[in-house]
Amino acid sequence: MNRTSLEVKNVSVRYPGGHQALRDASFELRGGTIAGLVGVNGSGKSTLFKAIMGFLKPTSGSVLINGQPVTTAQKAGLVAYVPQAEEVDWDYPVSVWDVVMMGRYGHMNFLRIPREADKRAVEEALNRVAMWDYRDRQIGELSGGQKKRVFLARALAQGGQLILLDEPFTGVDVKTEESIIDLMRQLRDDGALLLVSTHNLGSVPEFCDEVVLINRTVLAYGATEGVFTLENLSEAFGGVLRHFHFESSTVQSHDGRNVQLLTDDERPLVFGKDGHLEYKDRSGREELVKKRAEEVGP
Amino acid sequence: MINPFQFDFMWHAALTGSLIAGVCGVLSCFLVLRGWSLMGDAISHAVLPGIVGAYWLGIPLSLGAFVSGLFCAVASGFVKSTTRVKEDTVMGVIFTGLFAIGLVMISKTPSDIHLDHILYGNILGLTRAQIIESVALGSIVLLLAIAKRKDFLLLGFDGAHARVIGLSTRSSHFIMLTLLALTIVTAMKAAGLILAVAMMVMPGATGRLLTKRLDAMLVTAAMSAVLAVWAGLAVAFYVDGAPGACIVLMQAAILFLAWFFSPTTSTSAAKTPSPHSVAMS
Amino acid sequence: MLASLATLLEPLHYDYMVRALVASLLVGAVGGFLSCFITLRGWSLMGDALSHAIVPGVAVAYLLNLPFSIGAFFSGLLASGAMVLVKQRTKLREDVVIGVVFTTFFAAGLLLASLYPARVDLKTIVLGNILGIAPSDLWQLMAVSAVALGFLFMKWRDLMLVTFDERQAMAIGLPARRLQFLLMILLSATAVAALQTVGALLVVGVLVTPGATAYLLTDRFGKMIAISTAIGGSTGVIGAYASWFFNGATGGCIVTLQTIAFVMVWLFAPKHGILMRR
Repeated sequence: MNRTSLEVKNVSVRYPGGHQALRDASFELRGGTIAGLVGVNGSGKSTLFKAIMGFLKPTSGSVLINGQPVTTAQKAGLVAYVPQAEEVDWDYPVSVWDVVMMGRYGHMNFLRIPREADKRAVEEALNRVAMWDYRDRQIGELSGGQKKRVFLARALAQGGQLILLDEPFTGVDVKTEESIIDLMRQLRDDGALLLVSTHNLGSVPEFCDEVVLINRTVLAYGATEGVFTLENLSEAFGGVLRHFHFESSTVQSHDGRNVQLLTDDERPLVFGKDGHLEYKDRSGREELVKKRAEEVGP
Repeated sequence: MINPFQFDFMWHAALTGSLIAGVCGVLSCFLVLRGWSLMGDAISHAVLPGIVGAYWLGIPLSLGAFVSGLFCAVASGFVKSTTRVKEDTVMGVIFTGLFAIGLVMISKTPSDIHLDHILYGNILGLTRAQIIESVALGSIVLLLAIAKRKDFLLLGFDGAHARVIGLSTRSSHFIMLTLLALTIVTAMKAAGLILAVAMMVMPGATGRLLTKRLDAMLVTAAMSAVLAVWAGLAVAFYVDGAPGACIVLMQAAILFLAWFFSPTTSTSAAKTPSPHSVAMS
Repeated sequence: MLASLATLLEPLHYDYMVRALVASLLVGAVGGFLSCFITLRGWSLMGDALSHAIVPGVAVAYLLNLPFSIGAFFSGLLASGAMVLVKQRTKLREDVVIGVVFTTFFAAGLLLASLYPARVDLKTIVLGNILGIAPSDLWQLMAVSAVALGFLFMKWRDLMLVTFDERQAMAIGLPARRLQFLLMILLSATAVAALQTVGALLVVGVLVTPGATAYLLTDRFGKMIAISTAIGGSTGVIGAYASWFFNGATGGCIVTLQTIAFVMVWLFAPKHGILMRR
């Protein structure tokens, strides 16, 4: 079997209003990897995602999946999509089984009546994500992590080789996040190419083997280690990025070297080496806290 | 050319219509800002069984209309809060249900109840009692709406803030529904049950296009509505057409002109959220 | 006993009554099927607007002696176009745009009817006149229903995916936009067909209530469609039959029955009924 490939060649997208969302974006990925598509809101991340899914035609350039145009790959059932939690109407009258069965549509006849093979594939996929016991539940009756697993099972049942995940970790707790990442790794090991759009910098090194960094164009792509450098991230995130140097903290003084911390939209909580809370602006605060503590008394 | 307003019935229609339109114009601003157009449509259809019921019981028809219109609004809210069915669907179910019941009731009413007048309005044939009633109801609604306008505005704009500063959102909500139902009951006399919602939406939309400030919007809406009544009646007189339809078409024409000449016609304005709403989210 | 049975069977002796029963069955069933999608997608206001907006087209068709479905079609198309245009070009909210456009269209229809009262039968347009349905009308309705039901029956699974998760539908190469467009066309065609049966004012009831009722009875899409279609068809037949005893208020009878069914289900449904949940 050929290794899955995704080639984005010089893609530019200009919206009818004249807004240039993407200019000359190029990158290439191969199967057996989890790749993060990282950029701030408005960086063209979702535009690129849409172009790869064939929702919009690039003004110029091309997207090739296994060397074929997107529509051909789609008809072959190679592309699977895991939606963002907010995009789904969780009250929809469909069961877990129904949702996973939707992944088999490409394999079915005109009337989409499931055959034995389809049912087996759905059963297998549900077992693999440990959701078989929940097959008759209405989808709204599941927890956040279970919901994500159902949609991953749909991608599994479909046999998708290019699996697109849109912000999969929003509104999911850390433990669930880990179990989803675990599942994604299994899919990767089966040879799938997972492309995950995210703006959550901190978790990228945790689960992404490769990264595509974008801001109106592809700034860099390749192995996470090589792409996630201070310079690249500053360029991608610009003013949105918070940069903590801890100049006046005990973090850096313990061996003279510098710890740097980057985050996009949230301040990090940092504990120092003695387990005490770290924060930058200490002037006057320590006395104040001591005073308040004395007022309350023992 | 004959001056249409030299006739008493035209003169009365124009004066009563102006008051009704003015009230509708004021209320429609809140409706447009709040996104309650469907609510207006629902209430106006739902008044039918109330009218027939009131006729059966021999009580004022407006009272029956008001009660059943308000019932529709309250019942929609209640059913919505108890099921997963979407709000617009619930309203669709309830108002068509009430309207259907009204039609069935009429079929069993051997009477001179004029379905035509209820559906399409009868502004040229208003009785003295109806005119007095319209003036009384209209004045009350107008005064209340103008007095409470700041509350309504805040409610539509930022309900959470309204609650935090101690406004009772529930009672404001209910007062607004009540005023809406009362206004629709009066609007029906001019434009009929089906087009009452036009009287409740068009002037507000016109005001919205021409100005950004609430007080100016209220004045613009009311004035455009009154203008449409006079123009509509005149047109209806010359072409011998349905006056309710003519009034609504004049409102549409004014709205079109407002759109054409509006200072803020731009597509980007609609999509850029105000800094305040961003800060609140 | 025999006499009362004879009274009950009396409506069936008349050809026009039999035609009315068949027409109501079809309109109820197709409306019930479509109402599943309308309920879940939140298209109720759209359905209401459409049914009012076709009125001037029907009036013009009467004046020009054209088949009224052609007038309705153009009028609906024009209204949809106007809504899209106004929505794009102004800062008005969508519900306001819909309200403005459909009332303008309805007012135009009303004005036309008042100018030519002898040639435009406003009452039939607004309230329906199923008892006046001609054999040719019925054939037309049967054709529309057969096409609609056939298409929906074959493609409901695809439509389920498109309405549930449009992106996945496109990702696997389904013609999502085309399917949605076809659904809108069917909706318009059914609205036109229902116009004659229940009238412009109650079309939206037929297109919403059965779906909302079925939605409270099941969590499976397939069952929802079956229940909704059954409710639509049966209330259509029973309502049309009952209207014999209610001076021909057919639309009123059908939609009243549907509303009663909704209220009963809302109260007593096994899982989603408010009295059973406690």
